[in-house]
Amino acid sequence: MLGRQPERARLKLNLREISQEQELLAPGHSLCPGCVESVAVRQILNVAGPNTVVVTATGCLSVSTSPYPMTAWRNPWIHSLFANAGATVSGIEAAYRSLVKKGVMSDTTPTNFIVFAGDGGTYDIGLQSLSGALERGHRFLYVCLNNEAYMNTGIQRSSATLPGTWTTTSPFSETVAGKTQARKDMTAIVADHGIPYAAQASPHLWKDLMRKTKKALESEGPSFLNVLAACPRGWRTEPEIGIRLGKVAVDTCVWPIYEVDDGQWILNSKPREKKPVTEWLELQGRFSHLMRPGREEEVARIQKQIDLLWESLLIRCK
Amino acid sequence: MKPLPSDSTIEMKDAIGTVKSTAKSLSGGFAVAEAMRQTNPDVVACYPITPSTLVVEKFSELVANGEVDTEFVAVESEHSALSACLAATAAGVRSQTASSSQGLAYMWEVLYAVSGLRLPVVLHCANRALSAPINIHGDHTDTMGARDSGWIQLYAENPQEAYDNALAAVRIAEHPDVLLPVLGSQDGYTVTHSVERVDVLPDKEVKKFVGQYTPKSALLDIENPVTFGPLVSPKHAFELKLQGIEAMSRAEDVIDSIGEEFAFLTGRPLDSVELYRMEDAELVMVVIGSVAGTARVAIDRLRSDGTKAGLLKIRSYRPFPSTRICEVLGGKKAVAVLDRALSPGAPYSPLYTDICAALYSHGVILPLASFVHGIGGRDTYPKQIIEAFQRIEEKLKVGESMNQTEYLGIT
Repeated sequence: MLGRQPERARLKLNLREISQEQELLAPGHSLCPGCVESVAVRQILNVAGPNTVVVTATGCLSVSTSPYPMTAWRNPWIHSLFANAGATVSGIEAAYRSLVKKGVMSDTTPTNFIVFAGDGGTYDIGLQSLSGALERGHRFLYVCLNNEAYMNTGIQRSSATLPGTWTTTSPFSETVAGKTQARKDMTAIVADHGIPYAAQASPHLWKDLMRKTKKALESEGPSFLNVLAACPRGWRTEPEIGIRLGKVAVDTCVWPIYEVDDGQWILNSKPREKKPVTEWLELQGRFSHLMRPGREEEVARIQKQIDLLWESLLIRCK
Repeated sequence: MKPLPSDSTIEMKDAIGTVKSTAKSLSGGFAVAEAMRQTNPDVVACYPITPSTLVVEKFSELVANGEVDTEFVAVESEHSALSACLAATAAGVRSQTASSSQGLAYMWEVLYAVSGLRLPVVLHCANRALSAPINIHGDHTDTMGARDSGWIQLYAENPQEAYDNALAAVRIAEHPDVLLPVLGSQDGYTVTHSVERVDVLPDKEVKKFVGQYTPKSALLDIENPVTFGPLVSPKHAFELKLQGIEAMSRAEDVIDSIGEEFAFLTGRPLDSVELYRMEDAELVMVVIGSVAGTARVAIDRLRSDGTKAGLLKIRSYRPFPSTRICEVLGGKKAVAVLDRALSPGAPYSPLYTDICAALYSHGVILPLASFVHGIGGRDTYPKQIIEAFQRIEEKLKVGESMNQTEYLGIT
């Protein structure tokens, strides 16, 4: 399955050109002010264009963009359930292949198939469906819009949630400092399926995200983008700092920017100076309990997990 | 799996149908796979589960041999099997799957999504008991549990009917007045693994009969983008769900008209109900599935001993042909309903409850007895059915109430 489709049209990476493209996610949707999900979706769809079928797992994005009888989607779009985004895109891609085989559709300008799912729909309830679709080798791009918890249901912990995080199902008390478990390394899990392309990205590095989208869509098989998307409601932050939060996540190595291209691990953005995790924690209300005196041990534990993942990533990217 | 020996195929001229069929020796599972070969769906997504595995295995063989040009998606679960079919049909093509028992249970939330999105997916089900205890044998607990999911449900008595239903299902599901998914059911092992004569239509006749799937809107119609599966508020949800009720109600006529069209080809009627020795029957048994054959034998024996017994077999359980059932049962001395599913805590098992509601709402009040048989794959014998009839006869004679469910064949 490994390989590339023929290179497509040149990627527009200057803002004037990009701004002249039609917005495929129409304004008027009801995502929260400051939600970074819509920023990521717009950057990705700008690259993918109208010849793209979009699948969305249940989550903030699906419910905020499709209030019947209205829709924000100018692409063909489907949502059916929470746990089945991988299988859904498999069915559409199989239908496409059958129509190409019958000569009903042409594959000279291949249709893109893109999934948008949250971390709950990717790391947790949708993991089996995604893993199956990756193993079968369907051609699709799966985008995890990762806001590190179940935000649509009111901020509950997921396996993408960092240790120490406050959520409504990982509250803090005198004895418990938020989530007690470690974070799952989903991008590595996906990459280890041996798919052509997997990457981590953040919309504040918009050129990187758009370049990765193009690379992913040109893959002859499954591709995966794990995109950090700040959530003002769930992270307890001001709406205007979402993009800045992405930068801090990268500078503190909480969210490394890398890609796994045909099995080769490449670090795309190495912070000049690795900042301490406290710079990430102190910006967000969901970590405020860790900033109190007496919580230094918890903070050190979080720093240790970040360091371990960062170091293992550096080894894989050598 | 050995391929079917070619010498088991004989040509025969159908006496009533307008089309010459070919008689083949097929199990119920293979009969469905044969119907699928002839239908040649665009996408089939399956996950193996006993006893529906015959369908999946045979169909995989057909794909590998190039006898169909279907995109076969060997998914990692039943949840994904039906999700992939949902999506493929929304994308604009014809899709089918097969399952049983736990597999159907695992599809549960997807069942509602498929019918709610009005996608004409066809699911071939081999009835099997639900765990626990784990049990691979047949009863109707799996599909009866799905009766409110908005799917049309057709039940087959034998491999022939499994084949017939598998073809008719495509037409019923895709009919513009219906646009609902169809579940075609056959009893696990009793039908799925029993080899019988199946009259198979010529490929070209099936191709003509099932025609092309032409969706009203499709995801892959890129020039005309559509939104499938939006968020609906209480302002609109009720009316949208009622459209499903109306479609189900229109499906009654569609099932009959497609049945007539099918009968013209094959000579085999494909009605929502089937009657046996009903004209002058005084005592009637209502059944569903493969036990109908056993009941016919029992009824013949009762008749030879002077008891005027008759049979009503339900082929279409959803939509439930209430009016037709009431026309047929009205004026009978007593009716026994034979369920193959349990509904703990309910007044009665599902079929009895439906028959009771249909009769009462049509003003047909008569003694109605409840029997349950075949749970977990327990065999049912003519003797047990004869004794059931005899007990009703006796109770009628002495004026005893029939309102207690009796379980046939328990030790």
